[in-house]
Amino acid sequence: MKCGGKGSLRWGAGLALASLLVGAGAAYGEPNDNKLVIDGQTLTTEAAAPEGVELDKLYSGWRFRSPETQELQTDDFENPAMVAVDQGAELWGTVDGSAGKSCMSCHGEAEASMKGVRAGYPKWSDKRGKPHTLETQINECRTDRMEADAWKWESSNMLGMTAFVGLQSRGMPVKVQTDGPMAQWHAKGKELYFTRVGQLNMSCANCHQENYGKMIRADHLSQGHINGFPVYRLKWGGLGSSHRRFKGCMENIRATPFKRGSDEFVALELYLASRGAGLSVETPSVRN
Amino acid sequence: MLNRRDLIKYGSAGAAVAVLGVPQLALAETVPTTDDRIKEFTGGAQIGEGKVSLSTPEIAENGNTVPVEVSVESPMTAEDHVAEVLILADGNPRPGVATFKFTEMSGEAFASTRIRLAMTQDVVAVAKMSDGTFQMARNTVKVTIGGCGG
Amino acid sequence: MAKPKPRVKVPKKAKAGEVITIKTLISHKMESGQRKDKKTGELIPRQIINNFKAEFNGQLVFETDLEPAVSSNPYIQFSMKVPESGEVVFTWTDDDGSVYTTSKKIAVG
Repeated sequence: MKCGGKGSLRWGAGLALASLLVGAGAAYGEPNDNKLVIDGQTLTTEAAAPEGVELDKLYSGWRFRSPETQELQTDDFENPAMVAVDQGAELWGTVDGSAGKSCMSCHGEAEASMKGVRAGYPKWSDKRGKPHTLETQINECRTDRMEADAWKWESSNMLGMTAFVGLQSRGMPVKVQTDGPMAQWHAKGKELYFTRVGQLNMSCANCHQENYGKMIRADHLSQGHINGFPVYRLKWGGLGSSHRRFKGCMENIRATPFKRGSDEFVALELYLASRGAGLSVETPSVRN
Repeated sequence: MLNRRDLIKYGSAGAAVAVLGVPQLALAETVPTTDDRIKEFTGGAQIGEGKVSLSTPEIAENGNTVPVEVSVESPMTAEDHVAEVLILADGNPRPGVATFKFTEMSGEAFASTRIRLAMTQDVVAVAKMSDGTFQMARNTVKVTIGGCGG
Repeated sequence: MAKPKPRVKVPKKAKAGEVITIKTLISHKMESGQRKDKKTGELIPRQIINNFKAEFNGQLVFETDLEPAVSSNPYIQFSMKVPESGEVVFTWTDDDGSVYTTSKKIAVG
């Protein structure tokens, strides 16, 4: 295949975008009206858009999924992510590292101590001089207090733990700090969200703000909220972090993805969390 | 490198390779087709319709995890029950999915699982009754390819 | 792969003769044997749960043979007629010969 110069690449990108975003038929145009009730608890899947967010209304990604996919999240037994939650619960009470401690040694029962935690991350850390994601906070506990090895970002232990900790906040509204020392991270995340990158020359906003609800080939575009992470994706056949999803999006638009845990992805995670403020934490959610 | 003329020249030799070579390959790895699997299951007996209910989504958002539910009308007594149900996916590289085996203790001939479908295709359920008769149902499932992360 | 973990959902109580629903799930990659390693291009050998069965007080209730088309973390739901109080024993058999089991008691009354 012959490749043209910059100009033709642009042209190609325009065509690609146009052909990706077709068939926004009425039947698929809007999120569906189903209610997310998990074992009797009703979750908030739509909310008023926070100030400065150009969306008519916030909708959880759950509202864009087919009834079969939605159903997997409405019963904690049917939800395949719960296997990982069990693993996290076991790790919570397991002593590891030379200090002879488990999570439980300091935090007690997670059901009480971890309630609300997921909803407020990423969170500023004076010690680090930058925000903590749930992953880096867990690893700080492991290395500094337990004197154990850090877990890899996408390891099954880390995903099990973030899912287990996240579950304790399920149903609580996402609310992250965006002022004070977080302000510049928030601004950086916002800049990344609106910056076109990659060979397809697209930004997050092109799909998830300007075209949510439309079909991107056969997929129903959501607003890209991160209130359900870590998420069990049918495509992955397992759990994954929000940073894994960001990488996937960047690869799809043929950009060079940032690394998991990079400052860029931490900033983006913070900005995305702030865009979804008011939606319920759904961890661990199920998506296609 | 071969050009178009060479290809025409060697075309007949290529055809000979195809004739001789392909059956040998097929012998090396024989994948039973859906029909083969049904014949093996029924022994070639006639198959009726109407008693098997097969429930699948019309459109699967992802072929990796497609819910499939099957139930068969039967009193499920020692004398009259459903013995087995064979589930096949007609368009997969290998059509076999699962064989559910019921007993009197089952109470009803009902089972559900989640399966992988490589593309849009038919899912087939064949039930073997205790009297040696067979019943089947067939559903089409459209499998979509995601635009993002597809 | 981490050691597969079974999960089962069985009602704790039932009436004699009642038909109950049992749900099971086990963490397992269900490697189909048809995927290639992205780095080496070699086929990844098949490793699946190939059989699952449920017995009640030693009597077979339900059994299934599984093939590679069953999704990862295989989920199986079925019914059981409860004749008396007792215990359901669940057994999953792996291609590598490993056997995973768990059990649940049901009280009739």
